[in-house]
Amino acid sequence: MVTCNNISLDQKDIAIETRDLNIYYGSKHAIKNLSMQIKKLDITAFIGPSGCGKSTYLRALNRMNDLIPITKTTGKILFDGININDKNVDLATIRQKIGMVWQKPNPFNKSIYENIVFALKYYGIRQKQILDEIVEDSLRKVALWDEVKDRLHKSALALSGGQQQRLCIARAIATKPEILLLDEPTSALDPISSGKIEELLFELKQDYTIIIVTHNMQQAGRISSYTAFFLLGDLIEYDETNVIFTNPVVDKTNDYIMGRFG
Amino acid sequence: MVSRHYFDLELESLHQDLVEMGSKVQESIDNAINALKNQDVELSRQVFKNDDIIDELEHKIERKCINLIARQQPLAKDLRSISTALKIITDMERIADHSADICELTIKMADQKYIKPLIDIPKMAEAAKKMVNNAIHAYVTQNVELAEKVCADDDIVDDYFVKVVDELRELIRENPDVVYQATNFILVAKYLERMGDHATNISEWVIYNVTGVHKDLNHDDLTKIKVNK
Repeated sequence: MVTCNNISLDQKDIAIETRDLNIYYGSKHAIKNLSMQIKKLDITAFIGPSGCGKSTYLRALNRMNDLIPITKTTGKILFDGININDKNVDLATIRQKIGMVWQKPNPFNKSIYENIVFALKYYGIRQKQILDEIVEDSLRKVALWDEVKDRLHKSALALSGGQQQRLCIARAIATKPEILLLDEPTSALDPISSGKIEELLFELKQDYTIIIVTHNMQQAGRISSYTAFFLLGDLIEYDETNVIFTNPVVDKTNDYIMGRFG
Repeated sequence: MVSRHYFDLELESLHQDLVEMGSKVQESIDNAINALKNQDVELSRQVFKNDDIIDELEHKIERKCINLIARQQPLAKDLRSISTALKIITDMERIADHSADICELTIKMADQKYIKPLIDIPKMAEAAKKMVNNAIHAYVTQNVELAEKVCADDDIVDDYFVKVVDELRELIRENPDVVYQATNFILVAKYLERMGDHATNISEWVIYNVTGVHKDLNHDDLTKIKVNK
C-alpha cells in the first residue's frame, strides 16, 4: 500500500502520538501499524470511507475501545510522556484529559446543569461556587450560555439537537481536558447547527487540541489544519490540509478527495 | 444566519494582501517615473527589487485563493471575490513589470543627455498612475462608480500615447541621430499605455465583483483603425 506521512513535529508541539499501533476486533485487523503525531492546539481531521478505521483509531486515543471486549490494541500511545496503552494507566484520568464527543448528541437524562457537573462531582469537586463557575464558563465557551442561562435546571433533553451537541462539548470541556476527540459531531445536525459547531471548534482550538472524524470532506477542509486519510486500516496520507486538498501525493487520496473513489 | 468567522478572517487576510500588493505596485510606478525623469540608476534598481517582492506577493495570493476554493467551497459573492482577486493580481503584476521595463530603459540611457525635456511622458505617467491608484482604491472600497471612471480615463492615457508617439516620430524624421532614445521613449509610452489598460481590466473585475456582470469597458474601437497613407 502506498502511504505518505509528511507530518513530523517537534516534541513540544505534539499533543498525542501513536507508534506502531495495531487494533484487532477478534481476527479483524482494524488498524495496521499506525504511527502518527497530532499537533497541539490545532485541529486534525480524519477522513476516509466507512470501515477505514478512523473511528477505531480515534477511540483508541482515550482507550474507549477497551469497552469492546473482543478488542486487542498493541503498540504505543504516547501522551504527556507516558504510554497510555499500558495496562496500569488510570483510565478515569486519561478520559478526563482526553474527552470525547460522539456522533449523536447524548446528554444525560438530567438537567443542563447536572450534565456539566456530573463528571466534576465524580472527580470530587463539591463546592457549589466552583461548580457554578465551571458551568457558566463551559457553556460560554460553547456559546450556549445566553440560550440556556435561565433554564439551567431544566432537562437537557428539551434542547434542540444542535444545542444538545454543544452541551455535550461543554460537558467534555468542563473537566479541563487537553484533547477533544470528536466522532462525526455534526452528522446528526442540520446545516445551521453544523455551522455553529464548526465555528465553535475553530474558537476552541485556542485552548484544546481537537481531533475530528468526519464523513463530510468539505468540513475537514473548512476547519482542520491537518488531514489524515485512512483506508482499510492504513494511514494512506497525512499532511497539512492545504496539501491534502490541493495536491495530495497518493492517487487514492486524490480520488477520494475528488469524490471519484470506487 | 450562521457566521463563517474563520472564512471571513481568511477573506480579510486575502484582502489585506491585495492592498499590500496594490501599494507596492503604486510605489513601483512612482519610482519608475522619478528614476526616468532624474536618470536615477539606483532608484531603477530598487524598482527591480520591488518587482521581485510583487511577484512573491502574487504567488502568495494565488496560493491563498486556490486553498480557499479547495477548502471553503466559496459561492456567490465569496466566489466572485476570490475569482476577482485571482484575476486582478495578474494585471497588478503586469503593471509592476512595466515599471521595471521602464527602469531597464532608464538605466540604458542613464549616461546620455535626453534628446528633449520630458514633458508629456511625465503627464502621461501621472494619468496612468492615477488610473492604477483609482482602480486599486475602487477594489478596496468596492466602488463601481470609481471603477467606471477609471475605464473612462483610459482615453486620456491613450490620447497622450498618440501625442507622444507622433511627436517622437517627428523628431526622428528631423534628426535620425535621435532614433535610439526616441524609440526608447516610444516604448516607455507604450508601457504606460498598457498600465492604463491593466488598470481598466482591474476596474472591470471590480465591477464584476460587485454586480456579478463582467463587461468589456476598454473603449478602443478597432473597427475605426485605417490604413496609413
